[in-house]
Amino acid sequence: MNVETFKYDNRIVRAFAIATVIWGIVGMSVGMLAAVELFFPGANLNVQFITFGRIRPLHTNAVIFAFVGNGMFMGIYYSLQRLCKARMFSDFISWFHFWGWQSIIVAAAITLPLGYTTSKEYAELEWPIKIAIAVVWVAFTVNLLGTILKRREKHMYVAIWFYIATALTVAVLHVTNSMTMPAGWFKSYSMYAGVQDALVQWWYGHNAVAFFLTTPYLGLMYYFLPKAANRPIFSYRLSIIHFWALIFIYIWAGPHHLLYTALPDWAQSLGMVFSLMLIAPSWGGMLNGLLTLRGAWDKVRQDPVLKFMVVAVTAYGMATLEGPVLAIKSVNSLSHYTDWTIAHAHSGALGWNGFLTFSMLYYLFPRLYKTELWSIRLANWHFWTGLLGIVFYVVPIYIAGVTEGLMWKQFNKDGFLQYPNFLETIVQVVPMFELRAVGGTLYIAGVLMMAYNLYRTAKAGEFEPETEAQAAPLERTPILLHGELSWHRMLEGKPVLFTVLAVVAILIGGIVEVVPMYLVKENVPTITSVTPYSPLELLGRDIYIREGCLGCHSQMIRPFRSETERYGEYSKAGEFVYDHPFLWGSERKGPDLAREGGKYPAAWHYNHMDDPRSTSPGSIMPRYSWLLTQNLEMDGLPWRLCAMRRVGVPYPAGYENGPAQADVKAQATEIVTDLKEGGINADPDKEIIALIAYLQRLGVDIKSAPEEDTAKY
Amino acid sequence: MSVIIILILASLTVGLLFVGAFIWSVRSGQYEDTVTPAMRMLAEDPAQTICKPKSKDKPT
Repeated sequence: MNVETFKYDNRIVRAFAIATVIWGIVGMSVGMLAAVELFFPGANLNVQFITFGRIRPLHTNAVIFAFVGNGMFMGIYYSLQRLCKARMFSDFISWFHFWGWQSIIVAAAITLPLGYTTSKEYAELEWPIKIAIAVVWVAFTVNLLGTILKRREKHMYVAIWFYIATALTVAVLHVTNSMTMPAGWFKSYSMYAGVQDALVQWWYGHNAVAFFLTTPYLGLMYYFLPKAANRPIFSYRLSIIHFWALIFIYIWAGPHHLLYTALPDWAQSLGMVFSLMLIAPSWGGMLNGLLTLRGAWDKVRQDPVLKFMVVAVTAYGMATLEGPVLAIKSVNSLSHYTDWTIAHAHSGALGWNGFLTFSMLYYLFPRLYKTELWSIRLANWHFWTGLLGIVFYVVPIYIAGVTEGLMWKQFNKDGFLQYPNFLETIVQVVPMFELRAVGGTLYIAGVLMMAYNLYRTAKAGEFEPETEAQAAPLERTPILLHGELSWHRMLEGKPVLFTVLAVVAILIGGIVEVVPMYLVKENVPTITSVTPYSPLELLGRDIYIREGCLGCHSQMIRPFRSETERYGEYSKAGEFVYDHPFLWGSERKGPDLAREGGKYPAAWHYNHMDDPRSTSPGSIMPRYSWLLTQNLEMDGLPWRLCAMRRVGVPYPAGYENGPAQADVKAQATEIVTDLKEGGINADPDKEIIALIAYLQRLGVDIKSAPEEDTAKY
Repeated sequence: MSVIIILILASLTVGLLFVGAFIWSVRSGQYEDTVTPAMRMLAEDPAQTICKPKSKDKPT
């Protein structure tokens, strides 16, 4: 039998491992700052770049795509080579992937604080970066599939299946949700509007959780857990069922993020049913992981790697039970918009993703550096500190979430809202926010211990850049020979770069060209009194997006009496037909703003933005005093109006060349006059004027509609 | 709600890709043995695996 000798690439694994640790610390620290700002609004030092609305997306992007992303690549590059008995397909692509991904992260860390955001959760990065993500992701996919094609082990272990599903699905999700119309270099408007945009976004958003945070990590669990325990997986058969059932069901569950919103009922029910079905495969996977350890619990007591894994898999089980429960409409009516969602997300993220990443790092560093872990004691300290950190994070936030939900819905015995002032409900949970920061501090302290431990381990050992291995080449059956070898030849015969570029071209073509105009022909019932935003309102809306207001304020009143009493008429699908992107939000740290227009005079908004605590004592909203001094940027207006027209908003032809600017001036003057009545002398060309224009417009269209018109929708 | 068509198409594309992968995996014998793969991945030294008997013909 002829045996081939080859080398596994450990350098790329180490690179991703170091990136994982660094970005983990950065991402979690930004989260810490965001957490502190929620009970101490002055923590941003009145600097716009680190205000909550801008660093919240920075935190989510950093921990998901930088920390977990690099962790995923680290684990895949290590395990895939060993499972396939082959070096990675191309060293060039490996390093292109690595540096490409790090550049995207750096670009995110620069653009998000500057306020360049699409506002779509976990997809905030603006269009040039979105294209870069597509390119790098395709490179990763080519590298993954190429390695699988040249594998020496005929059987593809279950972990590989999870990796393939991840690569393919993330590509489809990213492209579909990234359909935007550029309106300048770092500004774009979603192709989809209102309800449609919401549906696409949460179809993407949920599957980002499913196929970025879950499936790759399940694959990693199926590799690293048996390896660390040195026992085969409890049931290989179950793992096969787990895989296929999970990926088939997951992709449909997205609409559970939009329960009781203006999304059509049938879509909501569909999302809820599929979410409930997800319990079965998820728990199958969790039990498969935990049962692998049966008879090996003595090892768990000694080995920190296994300790972290046990908590990770348990957290996965808890989160995947809780998720479907939250997707039940009646539970969701209480939990939606509250901190319950945050607690759910963090029990999954800190427990499942965080702890599994730590276990992989503790597993890999001694092996990459051919030595023992520097200190098992310190790793145990990390374990307990991290675990306490999770408890101190999620328990207060669960309490906060349920408290908010109950207080928002509470009526007194006369039938009035018990807590008509939204602020009361937030002041109530501020102590919980403070406790959460304690949990976060503990968790980060644990990560720092790990970083030091890994550093000392690396110091003590000697890095092995390549591991030599031997295996027989793949025996091919005659049928496979034809199909696979031809692929193989094509990929090897032509320059690798060609393959990458070809697929990239297809993807970019998709983003730029395959966006058919029929996409935006609205089928949502139009309400005649709903008209496009005036240019000044549009600019104000862009400021609202830039500042990340939607991180704390929803614009979607659900059809419950507790909401209509508090905020006004519930939101209708037809009200959002010109909303590119939709701004429904998913969180209420402040009141809903869907019917904010006309509730307060312009002067109130002016003072409130300058210092929220001057109008609302106890408010946790940050100051936005820079809006009072910064001039409204008017140069981009024609671009923005044109882009809006292209996605289907009926601004008349030529409107952007003169008439729009005149309208801006006229409306700004009106607002300045309003402000003067409130005793404020303001400049008409400041940003605050545009924001006030937008806020005063919110939800007013439907009020001017004739009675019988609104009754229809 | 025309966008639901895009989403269904995108979801079905992914779904069909997976059905195809599933059919391929069953046909090519990926699941004919559900015991050894779980053991084999534990072997750190690749030299061990080549000693495992590998049937020359397609297993029946």
